[in-house]
Amino acid sequence: MNNPCNALPEALRPREGESLVFDAPAAQVDRPTHYCPGCHHGIAHRLVAEVLDELDATDRAVLVASVGCSAFSYDYFAVDALEAQHGRACAVATGVRRANPDSVVFTYQGDGDMAAIGLAESVHAANRGELITAIFINNTVYGMTGGQTAPTTLIGQITTTSPAGRRLRGEGGPLRMTELMAGLDGVAYAERCALDSVRHVRAAKKALRNAFEVQIRGLGFGFVELLSGCPTNWHMTPQAANRRIAEEMIPVFPLGTAKNLLDK
Amino acid sequence: MSDAPERILIKGNEAVAFGAVDAGCRCYFGYPITPQNEIPEAMSRLLPEIGGCYVQAESEVGAASMLLGACASGVPSMTSSSGCGISLMQEALSYMTGSMLPAVLVNMARGGPGLGDIGPSQGDYFQAVKGGGHGDHRNIVLAPATAQECYDFMFRAFALAFTYANPVMVLGDAVVGQIKEPVRRTPPPDALAPERLAELAAPWRVEGRGRRGPGAAPRLVKSVYLAEGTLAARNRQLRDKYEAMRAEARWIAQDTDDADLVVVAYGSIARAVRSAIRALRAQGAAVGLFRPITLYPFPDEGLRALAAARPGRRFLVVEQNLGQMVEDVRLALFGPAGRGAEVLFHGLMPGLLADAQTLEEPVRLALAGKEIRS
Amino acid sequence: MTASAYQDVIIAGFGGQGVMLVGNLLAQAGMEYGREVSFLPVYGAEMRGGTANCTVVIDEEPVGSPLVRTPLSTIVLNEPSLARFQPRLAEGGVQIVNASLIDRALVDERRRTVYIPVNDMALKIGSVKMANMVALGAWIGATGTLPLACVQDALNRVVDGRYAKLVPANAEALAAGYDFAKKQTA
Repeated sequence: MNNPCNALPEALRPREGESLVFDAPAAQVDRPTHYCPGCHHGIAHRLVAEVLDELDATDRAVLVASVGCSAFSYDYFAVDALEAQHGRACAVATGVRRANPDSVVFTYQGDGDMAAIGLAESVHAANRGELITAIFINNTVYGMTGGQTAPTTLIGQITTTSPAGRRLRGEGGPLRMTELMAGLDGVAYAERCALDSVRHVRAAKKALRNAFEVQIRGLGFGFVELLSGCPTNWHMTPQAANRRIAEEMIPVFPLGTAKNLLDK
Repeated sequence: MSDAPERILIKGNEAVAFGAVDAGCRCYFGYPITPQNEIPEAMSRLLPEIGGCYVQAESEVGAASMLLGACASGVPSMTSSSGCGISLMQEALSYMTGSMLPAVLVNMARGGPGLGDIGPSQGDYFQAVKGGGHGDHRNIVLAPATAQECYDFMFRAFALAFTYANPVMVLGDAVVGQIKEPVRRTPPPDALAPERLAELAAPWRVEGRGRRGPGAAPRLVKSVYLAEGTLAARNRQLRDKYEAMRAEARWIAQDTDDADLVVVAYGSIARAVRSAIRALRAQGAAVGLFRPITLYPFPDEGLRALAAARPGRRFLVVEQNLGQMVEDVRLALFGPAGRGAEVLFHGLMPGLLADAQTLEEPVRLALAGKEIRS
Repeated sequence: MTASAYQDVIIAGFGGQGVMLVGNLLAQAGMEYGREVSFLPVYGAEMRGGTANCTVVIDEEPVGSPLVRTPLSTIVLNEPSLARFQPRLAEGGVQIVNASLIDRALVDERRRTVYIPVNDMALKIGSVKMANMVALGAWIGATGTLPLACVQDALNRVVDGRYAKLVPANAEALAAGYDFAKKQTA
């Protein structure tokens, strides 16, 4: 597949007797990202791009970007893209997919964007069974604005706006989006995955593929939640961040397929 | 009964829907609010019949956001609302202007502020013309007064939106939306064919890069410009576009040749004023009407020409609000360009229905140069 | 009969008396007769249980104000509507007053009035629901704004297809009101 954004420099091209064994997917732009060291956005981007290529959807894909650390996700996807207002990605994606029914449309949103300011747009797009795929990055904090409390922040978690640790009363508990989405009739696929280990990353790719497949096959709304690390705002090393996902997040946000209409 | 097949008796709101569909609109996103519900009701019937899409959104925020997505796809699309609903759309409106998208919005205004009432009002003039959203956004604003204009102006709205890649608002009110009048369902001369609209969107719409051939570069529709100097460049581009839009100013001047007093009014109020003027002229009063068709760009030139043609001529602005368009009239006639023309104001309160007889007295007072109590 | 150039009417009654339907019918007929027309329904705070009214303007030029403070004519189907619109009737104007529901003592004798029992007449024709048609017929007879046949014919476009079989009865109701007014003004 042809990607106008990726051209391997002459020096790196395979020489006589060599063959290329690893390259950027056609749906991805091969360039360094602006994300922090240890951030999982890069892995998530790569997985989405691989799935688009494998489903032969790159040429008709449209990305609806959100607001947050991933606001510039379109810099790394070699697909047509547009910017949505904060939280409105699923509504904007509804407009794109309805206006252009042959496209493959996906949103890429963080927890502040999707689960706080954009909860209404997200839930209603899902409930209408819009043929779009929503990728939800849950790292329990607002990343771009500096680590404030998110709807997904764990009870007791210290953030810049919950200095005493998040309290259930008055500040609410961690919102479980996958379970919420799975309960809606319009949702055809909902799964929560994590990006803390190779095994989990592999499962995440399978889930993303399924979430795009339900769109392409016209079954309904596809949703994947990805538990991701934010070493910067968690004030941890990337390794410690991965351990936090396994030890603190997964017990609160259990992994697994909550809904799958693909085999029905 | 000779012309029965040519004219249909429909509400202004229904004329909006017919006009939009006939102009090529294929997506409608909205949320119910009085007094414009006949628009979504008609669209929910008309669009599926022709392969278009109708979505009742979860809110006006959702509707305007869906509109952004559909416009970015280059498909003629619209929303409609009123009052508080239009307030909720301001975020998307600013983004659509910043992203240079051809959105069409219809505001059948109701009384405010707040929940106000469902009666007619022109209290949304500032919001429509000066922009209720953030940043330097300007939207073309068309002000229909009749059901026929509701139909015709939808063609103009889509033509202007796609020509300038800029949102266009059609601003009516409860009277314009609810009035039933004969409408001829034939495209007006300034209509652009739907294929032409598609051509205008072809250079920028997002569609999936493969549609533009193998190896086509990806496209991006956005309003964010963080790199140094890029937002300045974007705003210069917008400024140039807004200046070009000035050529689209339209107005109607009636009975102004001999007028000592020119009444400036738009929309439904201009109709009541026209009837009052007709009655007063029958009594020998030298009074005429200046009716802005575009509220943005404001027809400054037309007003200045009237002031220049007859120095000493007075202007009376009649609006159904506490005084909004009058500021633009004063600005247009300010300084030498206005030849020292005096600008008077008469405001009607929102929610009340304006009739011609009630307007005769303030016009008579203005003619005599006396103070008018609104 | 000659049609006058400009005519306006406020039609008012309880919600459910068919005020909007006859307003629509009159506007449709006026349009089909080649006139410029406007029909403006007015629902206020009194929408539920109170009065509903609409204004119809018929003219040879494009209609200016679709609202009138001092109407040239009115059709009032209940007492609250008479109380509201009788004082506003223009000098020399005519009002069609529903004698079945409105006390004669309330009618201002200086006003040109067709006092007509539209409910009773409609009942005789088949249904009290056609009282509105009887009243509109009386208005046509009293004002001569449009030919009766034109209004009767317009029923075919205004009455929903599901009720097409009711068109002849409604046309009869229009004629009954028309004849009543003609006799009175003869």
